[in-house]
Amino acid sequence: MARKLSGMRLLNLLLGGWSGLVFLFLYIPIVLLIVYSFNASKMAIVWEGFSFKWYTALGREALDHVSGTKRSPLVESAINSVTIASIVTVFSVILGTAGAWLLYRYKFPALRSITTLVYIPMIIPEIIMGISLLIFFKAMSLTLGFTTVIISHITFCFPFVLIAVQARLAGVDPALEEAAMDLGATPMKALFLVMVPYMMPAIISGGLMAFTLSLDEVIVTYFTRGPTSETLPLRVYGLAKVGLSPILNTISAVFIVVTVALTVAAESVKGLNK
Amino acid sequence: MTPTAGLPDTRGAERAPGLRGWLLMAPLLAWLGAFVIAPTLIMLVYSFCDRDELGQVVFTFSWSNYTRVFDPTYLKILLKSVYYAAITTAICLVVGYPVAYWVGRAPERVRNKLLALIMIPFWTSFLIRTYAWMTILKSEGPLNSLLLYLGMISTPLDILYTPTAVVIGLVYSYLPFMILPIYGSVEKLDNALVEAAFDLGAGPVRAFASVIAPLTRPGIVAGVMLVFIPAIGMFAITDLMGGARVPMIGNVIQNQFGQARDWPFGAALGMTVLLLFAATFWLTTKKDPSAT
Repeated sequence: MARKLSGMRLLNLLLGGWSGLVFLFLYIPIVLLIVYSFNASKMAIVWEGFSFKWYTALGREALDHVSGTKRSPLVESAINSVTIASIVTVFSVILGTAGAWLLYRYKFPALRSITTLVYIPMIIPEIIMGISLLIFFKAMSLTLGFTTVIISHITFCFPFVLIAVQARLAGVDPALEEAAMDLGATPMKALFLVMVPYMMPAIISGGLMAFTLSLDEVIVTYFTRGPTSETLPLRVYGLAKVGLSPILNTISAVFIVVTVALTVAAESVKGLNK
Repeated sequence: MTPTAGLPDTRGAERAPGLRGWLLMAPLLAWLGAFVIAPTLIMLVYSFCDRDELGQVVFTFSWSNYTRVFDPTYLKILLKSVYYAAITTAICLVVGYPVAYWVGRAPERVRNKLLALIMIPFWTSFLIRTYAWMTILKSEGPLNSLLLYLGMISTPLDILYTPTAVVIGLVYSYLPFMILPIYGSVEKLDNALVEAAFDLGAGPVRAFASVIAPLTRPGIVAGVMLVFIPAIGMFAITDLMGGARVPMIGNVIQNQFGQARDWPFGAALGMTVLLLFAATFWLTTKKDPSAT
């Protein structure tokens, strides 16, 4: 018995050690990128000492762009990205929450098919979604631009909100809504005063997920963007294809910090669910 | 577990939607119909069309695009993409499973912190994470500097823009997508069953093969799909890590909608990948007859 126990402990230790290595593998590149963003050297990878100069340069570029002194395609694409992600989040939250609520509320034969259909945009290869939407927009003679990017993003973002809210609703006590109605609330009142607050943590974490997804997306955007709706990830993709540059390190570092903040926020809201 | 499981369900959920219900459902259905179903159908139509010299689509019916997909040149690229995607999936599974298991079995307090450590790379743009690897693998980059300093190599290795770099990029980007669903299954694993296996004299290998693996199968299936399917069509990672030297089916498709301007052929390639996706989906989610 004792030998078996120590064998188990050894196994656990091995698993732990392996996991530690994998975590290092996952984090070293991210950390290195952040470290390099403080590199004084013009060459993106030769270390020449600590410096904030690329951040100052980026900040100056942003200021110049905002004040109208000098147009910066980079800052413009960042503004586009945030604008698109915000609009996408609002629509995804509405569509996703309403969808989850209705799929919870009603039971009917086509329910399963609809649920499967909702999953498709989440799991279909992004390139298929990108080219099919591109062909669709062209066939409908829509000009590629903000609208087409926003429509495409909503299509793959709202299912994430829907699934998050659905998961929350799966654990709801039916007595909650019934009690509200027994106490004289109309179905509408019961929905907005009782059920919506109950769903809120899932709505917020789903919304944050939608925002992050939209902000990071490359492939679908690649096919559905127009000349005026270039997003930051696509600008970064274009720059990275040419090669490494210090400004790219800086943008990436900022991007990572923003994503980490959003992820931690989404996770801590989800933690409130319990 | 819902508290009412097993009790007769009295809540309103059993209601069939009346006219009002369907009206409320309409926006969701319209959205899915317009932007998921319709585009797929139009892509299917395009895949049977032709194009003129200017790249304009000519509406005829021909199988020529599909015969071209099975032309040795493209078939080779398609098979190579499937091969790279399969290698990536296998590496992710072997590397990720122990991590998912360890995190899933950790004491609850630690578990949530470890889970957050997996979520962060999961949500960080794969583009930026790929870019980080470009930095590392550059011939004058930190990996070569380290290996040179340690004296393990005498000349810098040229890893960037090789198939190895592509696989590293793919594994790095998709690993969290493998770990998370397996973690989900491991977390639900009943500890008593694992202990019973060991108590009954099974070694770690036997316990894994006959108890742990079958019980975590849903997570494994989900992880394999989340890695394998997107990896087939990925073009950005292969572009950045492989240069133009390692073309994948995703790059070929992308090119049809770019310079090559052959949308019908691109649509046919897209439909082929979609069928591949459907087949994988069907094969992996099909009910396993041996599972009870």
